[in-house]
Amino acid sequence: MESLIPVLILALPLAMFLILGLFGNYMSHKWAGIIGTTSMGVVMALCYFVAYQYFFSGAPEFVDADGNRLQFIVFNQDWLALYEKLVIRIGFLLDPISAMMLVVISTISFMVHLYSNGYMRDHHGVWEKGFQRFYAFLSLFSFSMLGLVVATNIFQMYIFWELVGASSYLLIGFYYTKPSAVSASKKAFIVTRFADLGFLIGILILSFYTGTFNFTDMTSAPVAGMDNVYQVGMAAGSIFQNPATMSFLGGSLLTTALILIFIGGMGKSAMMPLHIWLPDAMEGPTPVSALIHAATMVVAGVYLVARLFPLFMFNEANGGFALEFVTIVGAITAFYAAMVACTQLDIKRVLAFSTISQIAFMMVSLGVSREGYHENLGYMAGMFHLFTHAMFKALLFLGAGALIHAVGSNDYTAMHGLRKYMPITHITFLVGCLAIAGIIPFSGFFSKDEILTACFGNNIVAYVWMSLVAGLTAFYMFRLYYLIFWWKEHKVHEGHHAPHDQPWTMTLPLIILAVVATFAGFIPFGKLVTWNGEPYTIHINWTVASISLTIAVLAIALATIMYKKENPLPAKMKNAFPNLWRWCRNRFYWDELYMFITHKIIFNGICSPIAWFDRHIIDGTMDAFATVTNKASYAIRGLQSGKLQNYVLVYLIGALILGGGTVAIMFLFF
Amino acid sequence: MNIELNALMFLIPSLFMFCCGIYGFITRRNMIAILISLELMLNSVDINFAVFNRFLFPGQLDGMFFSLFAIALAAAETAIAIAIIINAVRLSRDADVKDLSKMKF
Amino acid sequence: MDQLGGQIVYVVVALAIMAFSVLAVTTRKILRSATFLLFALFATAVIYFMLDYQFLGGVQIAVYAGGIVVLFVFAIFLTSHPGDNSAKLTSRKELTGILAGLAMLIVCGWAFLDRCTTFAKAMPEMKNPDMSVIGNRLLSSGEGGYLLPFEAISVLLLACIIGGIVIARKRTND
Repeated sequence: MESLIPVLILALPLAMFLILGLFGNYMSHKWAGIIGTTSMGVVMALCYFVAYQYFFSGAPEFVDADGNRLQFIVFNQDWLALYEKLVIRIGFLLDPISAMMLVVISTISFMVHLYSNGYMRDHHGVWEKGFQRFYAFLSLFSFSMLGLVVATNIFQMYIFWELVGASSYLLIGFYYTKPSAVSASKKAFIVTRFADLGFLIGILILSFYTGTFNFTDMTSAPVAGMDNVYQVGMAAGSIFQNPATMSFLGGSLLTTALILIFIGGMGKSAMMPLHIWLPDAMEGPTPVSALIHAATMVVAGVYLVARLFPLFMFNEANGGFALEFVTIVGAITAFYAAMVACTQLDIKRVLAFSTISQIAFMMVSLGVSREGYHENLGYMAGMFHLFTHAMFKALLFLGAGALIHAVGSNDYTAMHGLRKYMPITHITFLVGCLAIAGIIPFSGFFSKDEILTACFGNNIVAYVWMSLVAGLTAFYMFRLYYLIFWWKEHKVHEGHHAPHDQPWTMTLPLIILAVVATFAGFIPFGKLVTWNGEPYTIHINWTVASISLTIAVLAIALATIMYKKENPLPAKMKNAFPNLWRWCRNRFYWDELYMFITHKIIFNGICSPIAWFDRHIIDGTMDAFATVTNKASYAIRGLQSGKLQNYVLVYLIGALILGGGTVAIMFLFF
Repeated sequence: MNIELNALMFLIPSLFMFCCGIYGFITRRNMIAILISLELMLNSVDINFAVFNRFLFPGQLDGMFFSLFAIALAAAETAIAIAIIINAVRLSRDADVKDLSKMKF
Repeated sequence: MDQLGGQIVYVVVALAIMAFSVLAVTTRKILRSATFLLFALFATAVIYFMLDYQFLGGVQIAVYAGGIVVLFVFAIFLTSHPGDNSAKLTSRKELTGILAGLAMLIVCGWAFLDRCTTFAKAMPEMKNPDMSVIGNRLLSSGEGGYLLPFEAISVLLLACIIGGIVIARKRTND
C-alpha cells in the first residue's frame, strides 16, 4: 500500500486543527463548520478505503496464504534518534484492530462534526462563542486519536495518548467561563496524568528489558520474504530471553510492567478507582462527550491492552497474573458503575456511568480471554463490543444532546413524556437502549453475548457476575428511557416553545448511527478481528444467549413496571433500601474519599509542612540575608555623605595604610 | 660642596608637590581649586615616572612615554572636569564643592 | 662649572616647585592659584630638561602650561569673580588637610629613605633621545612600540571633545 493515504489520514485533521485554530476567527462560523465537517468526511472516506483494502483486498501483505491477517507497517519514520539503540519512530501500523479503530474513530468523528453544526447554536440560530475553536479542537482530537491507534511503537502511542488527553482537557473545559467546566477539565487532566505516570514507568521497564519500543518486535514475528510484514502471536514474549530470572522490585518483571501499563489504560478508560473524572467530564459540550468520553478516547485503555495482548498471554503462560488483574478491575468497575447509573438524575451522567460499565465489560472480556477456549474468543468479543458500543453509545449521547438542546437542561425531571414531541429522537434513542440492553437482533446482543460466552468458558463466577451487570444495564437504560419519554405528560412552560426534533444536521447522524447500531451485529467479526489474525466463525452459544436475553427482558419488564407511568413504586424501592440508594446516588462517595485523601491527608500532612518549611526556613534564610544587608547599609549609609572631599580622605587613609604596611614590611624583612 | 644629583633629590620635591596636592584637594572649597590640586598631584607623578626612568633604566624610554600619555590624559580629564564644573555652576550659581552633594545616600 | 651650574639650577627649581605648590594650594584668590600652578608646571618642565627629556619638557610647557592652564583661566573667568577671596578655612578642615599631607609625606618619605641605596646614585649617562626615536616608538606596533596606547588616547581625546561639548552646552529645554 502506498503511504500517501495513511499520511493524509493523519495530516488532514492536523492541518484542519492548524487552519481552524489559527485562522478560524477570520472565517464565518458557517464556513468553519463546513470546512471542518468536509475534511473529516474526506478523512472518513480515506479510512474506509484503507480498512476496505486491508480487510477485503487480499493483498499478500495483509493476508497470508492460509487466510491469516498480518500486521503491515505502512511507514515508520525515525523521529528522535537518541542513540543507535534508542530510536523513537512515528509510523503507521495496519492490522485488524487498528483498521477497525480507524473506521470507528472516523465514523463517530464525522457524525459528531456534522451534529455539532446543529448543536453548537441556540434555537435562534446564534452560534456558540468559540465555535471555530471547537472545531479546531475536534480536529486536534481526531488527529491524536488516529495517531494513537496506528502507532507502531509504544512511545508513539504514549505521545498521542497524551495529545488525546490534552485535547480532551481542552474540550471538557470548552465553556471555560463556567467554574464547574474548568474544575472538571482539571480533574480529568490530573487524574489521567496520575495514571499516565504508571503508564510511563511501565513503558520504561518494558522497553528497558526488551530493548525496543516497537509493538511488532514485542508481539509479532516477521513474515519471511516480506518487508514490514509481521505475524502476531508467534513470537510473543520471545524477546524476553529468560523471563524467569527477570524480576523487578521482587515481582515478575513482565507482570509489573504490564500492570503499570494497564494502570495508564485504567486512567484513560475510567476504571475504578481512577474513574472519577469521567462523570465530571460531561461538563463539556455533548458532542464531545459522544466522541471522546463515550466512543473513542475512553476505549484507548482497552485498545492498549488489546495491542499488547500477546504479552499478556505470554505473561499468563509464565504464571503471571496481569490478565487476572484486568479481569478483576473490570468486573468490579462494571458492577459499581451499573449500580450508580441506576440512581443518577442527570441523563449525561447516567450515560457516563453506563460507558464506564461497558468499557469494563470489554476489559473483562480481554481479561478472560484464553487460548484454550475458542481461540481467544474474549479478545474478539472485546473488540466487537468496542465497535458496537462506540456506535450505540455515540447514538445515545447524541440523542441525549438533542434532548438537552430541546429542553435546555440535563436533568430528566425537566423532560418526561417527550415521545410525542421528538419522535425521531425517541425512536433512535430506543434503538440505542435496545442495543445496549442486548436485545436480539440489535448489535449489542451479539457482542455482549460473545463476552458472556467468553466469561462462561473461563470462569463461572465471572459469567454470573457479568450477567448480573448486563441485567442492571438493561434496567437502568430503560429507566432512563421511560423517565425521559414516558412517566407523565410533558409540561410546556408558558412562553416557551414546545420541544421539537432538531435540524437535519442533528437528526441525520442519529438516524445513521441507529441504522448501524441495529445491524452492526451481523458483521462477521470473527473473520475480521482476532488476536492473531486467524479467522474463525462465530457460533452463538444459545444457552448463554437465551439466559442473557431472559435477564435483559426481565430487567426491561421491571423498568417498565416501575417507570412507564407515574407511580409510587420507585419511591418505595428507595425507602426500602435507603442506605444503598444513598450510596449509589452519591457514587459510593468516591469523590469525597479522594477529597479526603488529597485535602485532609496529602495537603495537611505533606504539603502544609513542606509549604511551611519553604516559607519559613528557605524563604526565611533568604529574607534574613536581605534584612541583614538592609540593616547594615542603613547603619553605614552615613559614609555616603555626598561630600567629595570626605571620599578622598577615606580613600587616602586606605591607600596610606596599604602603602605604609608595605613599606613597613619591606623595612622589617628586606 | 660638590654633590652629584641623585634620584632622591628629584623625588623629594615631587613628593612635596604631591602632598600639597592632597592638602589642597581636601581643604579647598572651590571646585577649580580642587582641580588645580589634582593637577599638582598628576604632575608630581609625571616627574616620578621620568625620574625613575632616567636613573634606573636610562636606556629605555617607557617612563617618558608614560609621562607623555599621562599629560594627554590630564588634558582630557581637565577638559571634561571643567565642562562638568561649568554645568554645575550653571545650576548652583557657585563653584563650591559642597553644592555637589547629589551623590548623597 | 657645569656641575655647579646644574646644582644651582636644581636648587632653584626644587625650591620653586615646593614654594609654588604650597602657594597654589594656600592662596585665597583662585586666579593666583592658577598662576602659581603655571609656575610649578614650568619648574617641572625644567626638571625634565635637566633629566635630558627635552621632548617631554616641551610637551609639558605646550600642553600643560599652554593648554590646561589657559583652560583653567577661562573656567575661572566663567565661574567666579576673580577678585574675590575665597572663604577662610575652618581650623578643623585645615588641620585635616595638613595631617593628611603629612601622613603622605611620612609614609612616602620613609619609603624613599628605606630604599636610599637604590636611589642615591649618580645620574647615569644617557644619550638624549632624539625626535626620530620617539616618533618611531610612538607609531610602532612592534616591541617597545606605543601605537595602541597612542590610538587609544586619540579616541579618548575625541570622546573628550564631544563629551565636553555635550556636557557643557546649554540645554534649551530646561
